[in-house]
Amino acid sequence: MRMLINVPETVVADALRGMAAAHPELTVDVERRVVVRRDAPVAGKVALVSGGGSGHEPLHAGFVGPGMLAAACPGEIFTSPVPDQMVRAAAAVDSGAGVLFVVKNYTGDVLNFEMAAELAEDEGIQVARVLVDDDVAVTDSLYTAGRRGTGATLFVEKIAGAAAEEGAPLERVESVARRVNERSRSFGVALSACTTPAKGGPTFDLPDGELELGVGIHGEPGRERRAMMTSREIADFAVDAVLEDLRPSGPVLALVNGMGATPLLELYGFHAEVQRVLTERGVPVARTLVGNHVTSLDMAGCSVTLCEADEELLRLWDAPVRTPALRWGM
Amino acid sequence: MTETYGAEFLARWLTAAAEDVDREADRLTDLDSAIGDADHGANLKRGFAAVAETLAKEPPGTPGAVLTTAGRQLISTVGGASGPLYGTLLRSAGKALGDEERVGRERLAEAFGAGVEAVARLGGAQVGDKTMLDALVPAAEALRESFAAARAAAEEGALATVPLRARKGRASYLGERSVGHRDPGATSSALLFAALADTAAEEGEEG
Repeated sequence: MRMLINVPETVVADALRGMAAAHPELTVDVERRVVVRRDAPVAGKVALVSGGGSGHEPLHAGFVGPGMLAAACPGEIFTSPVPDQMVRAAAAVDSGAGVLFVVKNYTGDVLNFEMAAELAEDEGIQVARVLVDDDVAVTDSLYTAGRRGTGATLFVEKIAGAAAEEGAPLERVESVARRVNERSRSFGVALSACTTPAKGGPTFDLPDGELELGVGIHGEPGRERRAMMTSREIADFAVDAVLEDLRPSGPVLALVNGMGATPLLELYGFHAEVQRVLTERGVPVARTLVGNHVTSLDMAGCSVTLCEADEELLRLWDAPVRTPALRWGM
Repeated sequence: MTETYGAEFLARWLTAAAEDVDREADRLTDLDSAIGDADHGANLKRGFAAVAETLAKEPPGTPGAVLTTAGRQLISTVGGASGPLYGTLLRSAGKALGDEERVGRERLAEAFGAGVEAVARLGGAQVGDKTMLDALVPAAEALRESFAAARAAAEEGALATVPLRARKGRASYLGERSVGHRDPGATSSALLFAALADTAAEEGEEG
């Protein structure tokens, strides 16, 4: 095990202490595990609250700030946070205009946010929820927990966050968030398994020279295992998997995302291949983001998320944002 | 003559369960890493340790209060899916017991039945989906008969998850690849009913 940690039990708290020290523009409650933008609540504006298991950094706490999330609730590694955190976050950021919970579609996150929404409403906070489920590797059927929430979470948080910052009312922010999710699809690929601190070893067995096509951000298996492929072949496979489901009629937002252990050098090379496939398929790309944004600890690999954009979504995407991990225009 | 159980019995059970979960945490995590995300042991260990601590610090006065307190504690500390699900199991069972001072085994069986129903509603699962319900449903049913029968039914139910294909929770993403693995949630549920039977045996009643 080669990990830059003290003991597995304090990994999340240690990271939050470090985040607090690095980002005075955030209020970080290390004990209760809530990260809030310092100027919250912002009068008259809807507040976005998200959260989920830790291990996907910079998601979610790295996206707290003007133009994106008002607060984030980090759980244990790969474990949904508890309702108490979400209720505390909602109470800290609610200006009276209401709170939107951005929830990735995993059983744990869904159940905890559901309980939190009830508790927050008991405290007089108006709460709406949007579920993110963009991972096309999982068949959405009665026989699964439904598609997983992955890269599109960033699009939802950025775009709905911009709508909230503009002063849109809760129903409007919620409908924008829902629209972004409905128009987004992702596909991920693992070149290596990830290592959780508690386990100290790889969470699944991926032999050298093989890759997992359709992997989830917790190392959940995807569609199939194959012998190692080139960046070009992976881009063909991943983009086609997304396009099979999305079929955009206009330009797209593209997120070419690293899983944590893949160097940016490789990721940019992969991005070139993604652009090539999209050009070949006749899909224009309006905006691109390349980097490690929705990660899976030390997993090597990548994911591709495409969102069919329209004028409003592009405008909201371009709107200023100032968070630890995403920052432009201000 | 029917044996009845008070708050201290249920607190002893949950304290014993905390010890068992602590001892078996690595095994639960190993089962979970085969078909889930390798955190079931660590999460339940943290949650039940908090339950044992809370019950020791401020022992509730009735069986129902012990269960609702423990359920709330699990919801507040575990996270993941198992926190709300086990929390709901205990809270709903506790609510079903009301403020009775002492309850018989059959009354407990009824309360757990209500708890199990609440879990099924919350998680949207049913028996055969390869979840904790595969152990909980037969166990609550068998508790009408005896503590030992409940233990055996839970263990049998957990074992019976091995050939099943998961349809709920994170293991469902595996599809056919979930077959051949024992479900971690059903396994921890069996642990709880084993601890209940042990606690009852120490109490000196039946088998």
